[in-house]
Amino acid sequence: MMHVRTFAAATTLALVLGLSGCGKGPDLDQTGPRPTLPGQDETLLPPMKIARPAGWDGAMPTVPQGFTITPLATGLKIPRQMLVLPNGDVLVAEGLGGGAPKLRPKDLIAGYIKSLGKTGTKGGNRVTLLRDADGDGRAELKSVLIDNLDAPYGLALVGGDLYVANQGALLRFPYRPGQTRIDAPGVEVTKLPAKPNHHWTKSLAASADGSKLYVGIGSNSNVGERGMAVEEERAVVWEIDRASGAHRTYASGIRNPTALAINPATQALWAVANERDELGAQLVPDYLTSVRPGAFYGWPYSYWGDHVDPRVHPQKPEMVRKAIAPDYALGSHVAALGLSFVTGGGFGGGYSDGAFVGEHGSWNRQDLAGYKVVWIPFTNGRPNGKPQDFVTGFIGKDGKARGRPVGVTYNALDRTLLVADDLSNTVWRIAPTPRGGTR
Amino acid sequence: MPLAPPPRAPGALHPLHAMLLAFPVALFPGTLLADVTYLNSSEMQWSNFAAWLNAGALLFGAPALLWAVISAVRGPGRRAYALLLAATWIAGLVNAFQHSRDGWSSVGTTGLALSILSTVLVLAAGWAGYSVPRGGRLA
Repeated sequence: MMHVRTFAAATTLALVLGLSGCGKGPDLDQTGPRPTLPGQDETLLPPMKIARPAGWDGAMPTVPQGFTITPLATGLKIPRQMLVLPNGDVLVAEGLGGGAPKLRPKDLIAGYIKSLGKTGTKGGNRVTLLRDADGDGRAELKSVLIDNLDAPYGLALVGGDLYVANQGALLRFPYRPGQTRIDAPGVEVTKLPAKPNHHWTKSLAASADGSKLYVGIGSNSNVGERGMAVEEERAVVWEIDRASGAHRTYASGIRNPTALAINPATQALWAVANERDELGAQLVPDYLTSVRPGAFYGWPYSYWGDHVDPRVHPQKPEMVRKAIAPDYALGSHVAALGLSFVTGGGFGGGYSDGAFVGEHGSWNRQDLAGYKVVWIPFTNGRPNGKPQDFVTGFIGKDGKARGRPVGVTYNALDRTLLVADDLSNTVWRIAPTPRGGTR
Repeated sequence: MPLAPPPRAPGALHPLHAMLLAFPVALFPGTLLADVTYLNSSEMQWSNFAAWLNAGALLFGAPALLWAVISAVRGPGRRAYALLLAATWIAGLVNAFQHSRDGWSSVGTTGLALSILSTVLVLAAGWAGYSVPRGGRLA
């Protein structure tokens, strides 16, 4: 009866190999305003490839010629987003939220596989202040500014009010310039949708005039598979009145708006957002977009305008008709988590007008995507040109990840770019190399 | 056999083997019922139930299948039972992957077809497995 076992083994092998597909497609142009969108490719086993972590071991990310990179601070606890204060101090939100219950066998297995790409460091649940007074690119002072937070992510400062977006509430703290420790308890401006926080990050930006706060609230699922009841007020951007704490839904159907920023040329709100998985290695591109008030960006019913997602049931053609396409594709599965516009002429030259985007990196395709910081040139407040690699080298030659970029923040005070790396728990600082400098 | 065989009808399954087989016989039809309920209600919880029922059938079905295959290799009897159980388990494995897709794609037409297939196969495998061969000399 050997043939029974042979048959079983051969069939299982054929299924596993054949039905997962290779997770790669032809090279498609998936960046810019009109990305090429291939047909949907739902496989029995989604392609999953995680870059296993490895230390930097003295190495550093790669930056373009004419720039120097230094670790501003190391030993952080899952640094995510940053904020530059008027006196040049840098705040870093450290945390790791979530905790949505595992509802089916897949959640156990996929959770384990994704955990292979992480370090196991616990989130700091704090905001750390970094001060580099001598400007050598390494912070001499590292002080816990605010402790005992709950997965803080978005940060904003308006006048003397420091806002911290926990995963379940927006808090306000009094801030005086030069302060390195805030003991005053935070005042809850408003609660934020908190359960079950499949996507937990609450991104934050203040309007140009400081009267409004915008909070990005991600969906509670990939594409509604936890049921639509948990998607109330999810995949939306809230506009919060700073004085009263009252909120309204500013835009919706944005699956996971992971970073918000005000475009300095137009004062309009922009966002980077992560799109859905498991429709193939080249669907759906993550995007950078202006957030138009009242607009619906499709999730979960459709993507990139009217491309219907068959996994949502019942389907809603009337919502698909309302859906608009975002402005600019960043590529599928790159996991854009950081967005920062340059101001005051930026680094000059080709870097005088535009935005940096931090890409945490993919899991849902065999050819790794993201794992870098890109520069997107703008003209007259609109993207104008292809993304250019700015910080790379996060994946070593051995295919292991040295770091994974999250938040990016352009510091107009000293013309540097800060990059939070939540794998090596570092904040990197990229500065133009001084003329006559050694590196 | 890991346990001393207790007294039983000649040719009947070992009690532990029989209990292991009981799981897929119950759980694959349970998967099918949960799938039908999901397709009629669009309520995700039923698809989740189906995924767990199917996973349970595979978990307990695996040692039953191993046992069946070893018995079939050692002795001349029960080949049909082993083949049917192997086919059941493979259909269930494919269905587990199908049920790991999101939303409607976790079941859909393919998932329903696979649930029907694994249900029919496991009932046939159970029928063959629980039947005592005529003559009763086979172990």
